[in-house]
Amino acid sequence: MGTLGGAGLAAAVAAGRARTLGMEGERRASQAPSSGLPAGGADGESPGGGAPFPGSSGSSAVLQAEVLDLDEDEDDLEVFSKDASLMDMNSFSPMMPTSPLSMINQIKFEDESDLKDLFITVDEPESHVTTIETFITYRIITKTSRGEFDSSEFEVRRRYQDFLWLKGKLEEAHPTLIIPPLPEKFIVKGMVERFNDDFIETRRKALHKFLNRIADHPTLTFNEDFKIFLTAQAWELSSHKKQGPGLLSRMGQTVRAVASSMRGVKNRPEEFMEMNNFIELFSQKINLIDKISQRIYKEEREYFDEMKEYGPIHILWSASEEDLVDTLKDVASCIDRCCKATEKRMSGLSEALLPVVHEYVLYSEMLMGVMKRRDQIQAELDSKVEALTYKKADTDLLPEEIGKLEDKVECANNALKADWERWKQNMQNDIKLAFTDMAEENIHYYEQCLATWESFLTSQTNLHLEEASEDKP
Amino acid sequence: MYETCVVLFLFRSVEHTDGQSVLTDSLWRRYSEFELLRSYLLVYYPHIVVPPLPEKRAEFVWHKLSADNMDPDFVERRRIGLENFLLRIASHPILCRDKIFYLFLTQVFFFYLADSRLKALNATFRVKNPDKRFTDLKHYSDELQSVISHLLRVRARVADRLYGVYKVHGNYGRVFSEWSAIEKEMGDGLQSAGHHMDVYASSIDDILEDEEHYADQLKEYLFYAEALRAVCRKHELMQYDLEMAAQDLASKKQQCEELVTGTVRTFSLKGMTTKLFGQETPEQREARIKVLEEQINEGEQQLKSKNLEGREFVKNAWADIERFKEQKNRDLKEALISYAVMQISMCKKGIQVWTNAKECFSKM
Repeated sequence: MGTLGGAGLAAAVAAGRARTLGMEGERRASQAPSSGLPAGGADGESPGGGAPFPGSSGSSAVLQAEVLDLDEDEDDLEVFSKDASLMDMNSFSPMMPTSPLSMINQIKFEDESDLKDLFITVDEPESHVTTIETFITYRIITKTSRGEFDSSEFEVRRRYQDFLWLKGKLEEAHPTLIIPPLPEKFIVKGMVERFNDDFIETRRKALHKFLNRIADHPTLTFNEDFKIFLTAQAWELSSHKKQGPGLLSRMGQTVRAVASSMRGVKNRPEEFMEMNNFIELFSQKINLIDKISQRIYKEEREYFDEMKEYGPIHILWSASEEDLVDTLKDVASCIDRCCKATEKRMSGLSEALLPVVHEYVLYSEMLMGVMKRRDQIQAELDSKVEALTYKKADTDLLPEEIGKLEDKVECANNALKADWERWKQNMQNDIKLAFTDMAEENIHYYEQCLATWESFLTSQTNLHLEEASEDKP
Repeated sequence: MYETCVVLFLFRSVEHTDGQSVLTDSLWRRYSEFELLRSYLLVYYPHIVVPPLPEKRAEFVWHKLSADNMDPDFVERRRIGLENFLLRIASHPILCRDKIFYLFLTQVFFFYLADSRLKALNATFRVKNPDKRFTDLKHYSDELQSVISHLLRVRARVADRLYGVYKVHGNYGRVFSEWSAIEKEMGDGLQSAGHHMDVYASSIDDILEDEEHYADQLKEYLFYAEALRAVCRKHELMQYDLEMAAQDLASKKQQCEELVTGTVRTFSLKGMTTKLFGQETPEQREARIKVLEEQINEGEQQLKSKNLEGREFVKNAWADIERFKEQKNRDLKEALISYAVMQISMCKKGIQVWTNAKECFSKM
């Protein structure tokens, strides 16, 4: 599924956006005026990637139909505004053609993933030492053909804190989208020091994955903070970070959220109950698989260590046996070759399987967070409804508030539902690939060992035949 | 402690002059009776490399489970080892004719042999002119013992680790099966892949069982090293005996010479007392010379026979050592080849299981 497709959809939606911006005032006001985009007006259009219905041409067709049938009907636009609110508030406007014909063409490309237009790499970890602290920065290179980027190539340095900031912003903007997970801050078990090479390399790979997953996400890829993260110079980023809802208002939000979640979720819809169950079970299983996989790696490593000693003993032995020298030396070299094959199998495991499984362990935590946030949004609505029912507070403004909250809940639910399907599809593919690779590694390992021992056997029987024929007069 | 008895079913055919074969009844023997037989053989055939017994206690254990002497696997392997021991004796050109061996196979009550020469074999002494061949042989046996023990130790550790790798995969089986319950599309693939992981995990038991037989083959030669050393020691003992006899003879000859010529070059108690208490009479001196001359004659004869014995021993011993070398080379080569065969079988199983698993994964 291509981001271009998403963009195509977004462009289709954008045309209708202009009329609905006024209704978004509430949400807009709480956002930072980023990149100097005006809150209203035509160029405030956010293509926002139309992501909620990825890969299902049915719904995109529906969206397309809505776009083409632009009219002044408030209801349609209401529908639109609900969808539109799913779009990223902070997204910049692409210079996309808005003619229906071109939009149709763009929607057709939706499923072709080779039209990726944003390429990101994370590499070159570097250590920085200041009087206060030591930290690592990673180089991030972005190559893109998107018009909204000022240039086609960017190179910046970012540290882990910056990634945390980005994740926070994405979660804020899209509380019910499944944001990719970040590697852990630190790993308690088996960590000698914070900056050992393996740890840095594992983290680098995970950060690379993180950014690419965002780039591949139909909605998140157009997020403004994401763009700034990829392109801004260090000082620009710091000043941008400082702008944002004040600490107090953020605290207020958190308090409200906690308070509302404490009331419990009474009316969680059936499909989300199912989703929640799945997430809980999935989380259990994937954690177990993570543990098992790590353990296998450990056992293979220890097996390898012992094998390294096994071959040389045969060489030692051959020194005291005149008649068995060749046989013993051959056995030793077979064992050594199998040893090397084991090493390769181990590295295959750590490249292909372990990082994928671990990422999904982190994903399962993310998913639980997403469920909580969805529940919170619903809880907000429920509490207002309750207030109305029991006439607790001033009931004049309540119906309007409730209306807005109902919108909010529906958007959140739809966003989650769509993103859930996309996530599940990705998960299946990733897991399938990872385990298939693991099986392949093992097959290759055993094939190599087999070839080694079979050639040993052939050489021994050949020798035997030679000796037998020598004995014959 | 009650020791398990080992049942032997021996079908032994004895070729009588008229070509008839006789089948014997089976009888029971325990491990300590085998030890007695071997001790006897060691004493009566010092120049022969006597086949070793299988280990008394389980050593070089790769997994704590098989450390128990009552463990059925250990008992079975011991049975094979004891059978092997008897077969080796039976196929040895000299040992197979031994009467005691015959009695061991046929008589219910095996008489106890206590021989002080057994103890003598363990005594330490120094030989002045060691035979280089035997010294080399002793070094070889030390090296053999050391390298095989090292190899067996590492093999046990490798086996332990391999066991770990295979068994942990079994956990996948369980978790995949549980996971498949919540997955619609992936469910079948996960479930069947999980089954293959279980198969993989359980395959290690047979693989390592087979490897134990390989380990036993090596252990036999580990213990053979001891047998080699026994032959060397016997030779040393004889050599020492010879040297002592020669030394004794030489000193007697010198004494005699001194008495005859009247010079005193060697120290003797008699000479001392003579000096202190006065000369002895000519008759006394004559008597002494006569005794010495008799002793010298005896000594010379003994030395001659000892030399003959020694040469016989060396000849026979080397004949058996050559035989042993041939046997060892054949057996060890066969063992190494069988190890390769085991590895090949293990690899083939692995390929099959993982190919099946891969198919399941790709269908997810």
